[in-house]
Amino acid sequence: MSAQLITELTILVLAIFLGFEVISKVPTLLHTPLMSGTNAIHGIVIVGALIIMGAHHPGWFMRIVAFVAVILATANVVGGFVVTDRMLEMFKRRRDEH
Amino acid sequence: MSQNTANLFYLITIAAFILALRFLSSPRQARLGNQIGAAGMLVAVVVTLLQDEIVTGWWFMAIGIAIGTVVGVVGARRVKMTAMPQMVALFNGVGGGAAALISVVEFHGVWANVGDVGAERAISTVFSALVGSISFAGSMIAFAKLQELLSGRPITYPGQQVGNAVLFVGAVAVGATAMATVSFWLLVLMVALAALFGVLFVLPIGGADMPVVISLLNAFTGLAAAATGFVLHSNVLIVSGMLVGASGTLLTMLMGRAMNRSIANVLFGAFGKVVAVPGGAVAAGADGASVRSTTADDVAVMLAYAQRVVVVPGYGLAVAQAQHEVRQLADLLEGKGVDVRYAIHPVAGRMPGHMNVLLAEANVPYDQLKEMDEINPDFPQTDVALVVGANDVTNPAARNTPGSPIYGMPILDVDRARQIVVLKRSMNPGFAGIDNELYTDPKTAMLFGDAKDSISKLIQAVKTV
Repeated sequence: MSAQLITELTILVLAIFLGFEVISKVPTLLHTPLMSGTNAIHGIVIVGALIIMGAHHPGWFMRIVAFVAVILATANVVGGFVVTDRMLEMFKRRRDEH
Repeated sequence: MSQNTANLFYLITIAAFILALRFLSSPRQARLGNQIGAAGMLVAVVVTLLQDEIVTGWWFMAIGIAIGTVVGVVGARRVKMTAMPQMVALFNGVGGGAAALISVVEFHGVWANVGDVGAERAISTVFSALVGSISFAGSMIAFAKLQELLSGRPITYPGQQVGNAVLFVGAVAVGATAMATVSFWLLVLMVALAALFGVLFVLPIGGADMPVVISLLNAFTGLAAAATGFVLHSNVLIVSGMLVGASGTLLTMLMGRAMNRSIANVLFGAFGKVVAVPGGAVAAGADGASVRSTTADDVAVMLAYAQRVVVVPGYGLAVAQAQHEVRQLADLLEGKGVDVRYAIHPVAGRMPGHMNVLLAEANVPYDQLKEMDEINPDFPQTDVALVVGANDVTNPAARNTPGSPIYGMPILDVDRARQIVVLKRSMNPGFAGIDNELYTDPKTAMLFGDAKDSISKLIQAVKTV
């Protein structure tokens, strides 16, 4: 096992615990925005899509596959954040209304 | 920009994502949190494009980002709040699909050339392709079911579970062989098998169990993203993916608990398939007890002279698009000095928290939305419980009938209210396919008809009281 792998696994384990800790504090009221928000966050694969497109000189066919990956990941990111924003905007308290 | 510098900047992204989730703990800060998250994502994209190793494919990236942005913005702006579960399923799917495609390209372009990239990178490439592909295909089926392109009822056939198990093991075996022999086409075969598994895995799961499935697929996509992080040695992908994985896992467990069912039972139980409708008659319950039908005028009087009214919304409310009417009715009653609140069951709707969003869209203030544990002690002091399109989550059989399929499921104690009014289209059973003894309770009056129509009539009737 490389030192890099150990570091990455450490990060992984810490992220799991951090995730459980932070997300257990989200009220059920906001579980739908939580899902769409985390949806947007896993759109971070866009970083991977851009790297394979730009750094690894793929052939034509693979370039097209990477292109599709960029489209999917971008739609995921943009759609996820926009729809979450739309939802969260709607949550108002009684006294904020008038 | 060197990779080290880039990783330094990615820390901003990681912090932004954690803050975005942290701020979701209160509805007041949540929107700001989401915007911080989006800004963090923008930082990640810009930093990636500025990296030294990015040397080609600029046009493809620009066009791909443009297309994806248009698709994302249009989709997100147009989608109706009732269709949110489909939307989330779709985004889940594309995220998983993107992760799988990245692994395929990575395998083809780098690994196949180099020959040996080390076990950890090999395993994570195959894992990400496998899980991403399952998540993609499963999400598409979940989408089709929620959009009602496919039947919401479980689709089953003999040998289904054994077949699925063989398929999954087969996909893993092919993946392992692809890894050992560095065979690109075997990897493609594995992706195809995994997709087929994703399809067949979600098909037997009923519409009412979709909250669990969507949460689980959410976790899968998170895992696929984290695995991609191991492939590309990207910490930001590992952390973000695992945050999503943790969120999806936690929600899956919460949903299972709210239905008092193990995750295995949800996934493999084909729940809701047995449609036990004895007679299905309007006038009689299972044991011949009679159902009391009422009129809008009677209910209006009951509501207008009540002190406390609790509205119990279910998926039927969303289907009838009656959120706005419910809000109008509630406003009218509040004008008459009635205390109106909403009792939200954790699995009301088709995804976790769905009902809250639907009511928020109808401008119901969120401090009127009460969780199950909060509202249940108040039912005995409630004059009228108005059940709109909710069924199984109000069924007292969950408390009283040990043999019932829903026995032990936490329910809203609607039957403890002084009077109960149930708005319902017909006497058809809910998704669990069982009779609801609440409807034959002497305290219960049934108002039959489309929920939106019924509430409109109620609004008119309350105005004249």
